Amino acid sequence: MAAVTPDQLHDHHHHHGPTGLMRWITTTNHKDIGTMYLIFSFIMFLSGGVMALTIRAELFQPGLQVVQPEFFNQLTTMHGLVMVFGAIMPAFVGFANWQIPLMIGASDMAFARMNNWSFWLLPPAALLLIGSFFVPGGATAAGWTLYAPLSVQMGMGMDLTIFAVHIMGISSIMGAINIVVTILNMRAPGMTLMKMPLFCWTWLITAYLLIAVMPVLAGAVTMILTDRHFGTSFFNAAGGGDPVMYQHVFWFFGHPEVYIMILPAFGIVSQIIPTFARKPLFGYASMVYATASIAILSFVVWAHHMFTTGLPASGTLFFMYATMLIAVPTGVKVFNWIATMWRGSMTFETPMLFAVGFIFVFTMGGFTGLMCAITPADIQYQDTYFVVAHFHYVLVAGSLFALFAGTYYWLPKWTGHMYSEGLGKLHFWCSIIFFNITFFPMHFLGLAGMPRRIPDYALQFTDFNALASVGAFGFGFSQLIFLVAVLQCVKGGPKAAASPWEGAEGLEWTVPSPAPYHTFEEAPIVK
Amino acid sequence: MATQQESNRQLLVRLGVAAIAMFGFGFALVPFYEKICEVAGINNLLQPDVAVNTQVDASRKIVVEFDANIHDLPWRFKPLQGAIEAHPGELVQVSYEVTNTRDVPVTGQAVPSYGPQLAGQYFRKLECFCFARQTLAPGEKRTMPVVFVVDPALPRDVNTITLSYTFFEIAGTRAGAEVSRGRSVGG
Repeated sequence: MAAVTPDQLHDHHHHHGPTGLMRWITTTNHKDIGTMYLIFSFIMFLSGGVMALTIRAELFQPGLQVVQPEFFNQLTTMHGLVMVFGAIMPAFVGFANWQIPLMIGASDMAFARMNNWSFWLLPPAALLLIGSFFVPGGATAAGWTLYAPLSVQMGMGMDLTIFAVHIMGISSIMGAINIVVTILNMRAPGMTLMKMPLFCWTWLITAYLLIAVMPVLAGAVTMILTDRHFGTSFFNAAGGGDPVMYQHVFWFFGHPEVYIMILPAFGIVSQIIPTFARKPLFGYASMVYATASIAILSFVVWAHHMFTTGLPASGTLFFMYATMLIAVPTGVKVFNWIATMWRGSMTFETPMLFAVGFIFVFTMGGFTGLMCAITPADIQYQDTYFVVAHFHYVLVAGSLFALFAGTYYWLPKWTGHMYSEGLGKLHFWCSIIFFNITFFPMHFLGLAGMPRRIPDYALQFTDFNALASVGAFGFGFSQLIFLVAVLQCVKGGPKAAASPWEGAEGLEWTVPSPAPYHTFEEAPIVK
Repeated sequence: MATQQESNRQLLVRLGVAAIAMFGFGFALVPFYEKICEVAGINNLLQPDVAVNTQVDASRKIVVEFDANIHDLPWRFKPLQGAIEAHPGELVQVSYEVTNTRDVPVTGQAVPSYGPQLAGQYFRKLECFCFARQTLAPGEKRTMPVVFVVDPALPRDVNTITLSYTFFEIAGTRAGAEVSRGRSVGG
């Protein structure tokens, strides 16, 4: 394709404008902003990880050793909030920023200045969130779901969290609008929607989900704020409100939110598997329709988080069947990935290892999700470690592993260097083994009745908890391998070709590595 | 390019309006939720019950005990009788007395609860001060009736029911921040 920007042009632009720190603060370049999103999310990932390890240290033995229960509750709450809103979501937005313009042949995002704002809203929000540990009464300890009535009663740390959620919500909505407009309006000539790489499709659908549900979360936390300070009684039973209603409003956001965190992961995996199987993606159209079906179904399943709140039986039946229905499009995806690999010429470089690991472990999380969908069984699982195991299987082994896969896959394009395959493989094997050591025992703990979010436990749970804590520390330290591998790759390493992967297809591989500062200033023609 | 920017801007406005509409939708879920609860007959704490079966079961007697609590409220609140005996199906009237000890008007809402919890669904209140907010003038003392029927379908192993009311101040009549901070520090 002749649209590749010459290197001189790249240099010419590069030396314009502010340098040093101001370059990063004022940048409107999608690649700079993507990089900042990724760095930000990795810092948040490490902060949330430190909280998780403190939790696991406390749970290593029964009794209270490391932290007091009040602080433990703050840790579980903030671990969830930081990982969901600080690590996973911004990381996917970072990928979108880097990759979507490159994949659809656009010169930049549609609203470059707004893109800069959506990123720079995040650090203040993170400061509010993390800073709330240091206010009187500490951070909010209501759980990441911020359920009323706890969240109505918490100290001022809760107010900081509410503002942080507001700011992060505005950031996500602006990012999502930017992505929708970019994908719908800025595609290169000939790049029809049904020719678009699947990563762009999954992000398009995710962006619509974000626009639909982030404002609902903003509404829910606003109601908490007015209940706390302005005399309303949305969730205050004494004033005619209802705390259970908070759960409905929250999960109307919360369930689409879990697909917001997994659909882009599906997209990344759908890019990687065909590359390393050296076959086109099996069932491209069905993948698109499956993604859309998952997104639509996600709006009518929220009450499966609330089977123990006393819903009418007809209601629980509806939500049970609707939830199980989601297994159909998800199954379509898993089978398509397997069919793509079937009789392919597979090689197992680090991105492929993470992608195959993703399919294996995410599917296990999917199955425990089905178990939780069964109303009568869920009443046993509710609020136990079984649920903790389930959502870490889909969020860590799902979203996070896909993020690692994508990072290794596109790192040569971003940095111009190959990463160390040895370190990458070591990172993968340490991650998947320690991940399972950490979270697999939690299934048994949950089935045996160990409740989540409690700093102490009965003696019979000791062995599995000790095992999980050992695994957690192993998993945590394995992530330093990732840090080293990425830093090494940024600093140097073997030169990466424009298309470093043999089977890779797509516009992003037609530009040189590293991708020049400005790409596709003249739109390429896609045939 | 100008047309491109124009169509980008149009889409931005449309999506922005959608986002704002969804913010409103979050609040619209509140009346929607209340309507659903009303239709499904759940959570109707503020509506009088209907006594469906008025057949008096004279074969057994239930002890009904009365309890009164206040929560962060400058009121005195007590039942005028400690306990009574009644047949299931029998219409009973009791009274509670509440006094505002403050020199400002205060609004409160009483929330009932039952011991055992199971008895709640057999306890039908036809008239109750808990169906509405109560505003008491400074120093006002008020005697308020409760009229109820215990459903004869009550399981036979329940022979004592405790009806307990807690009066809450309607939030916002005092500084909410002060209340919430006090609570979270206290535990």
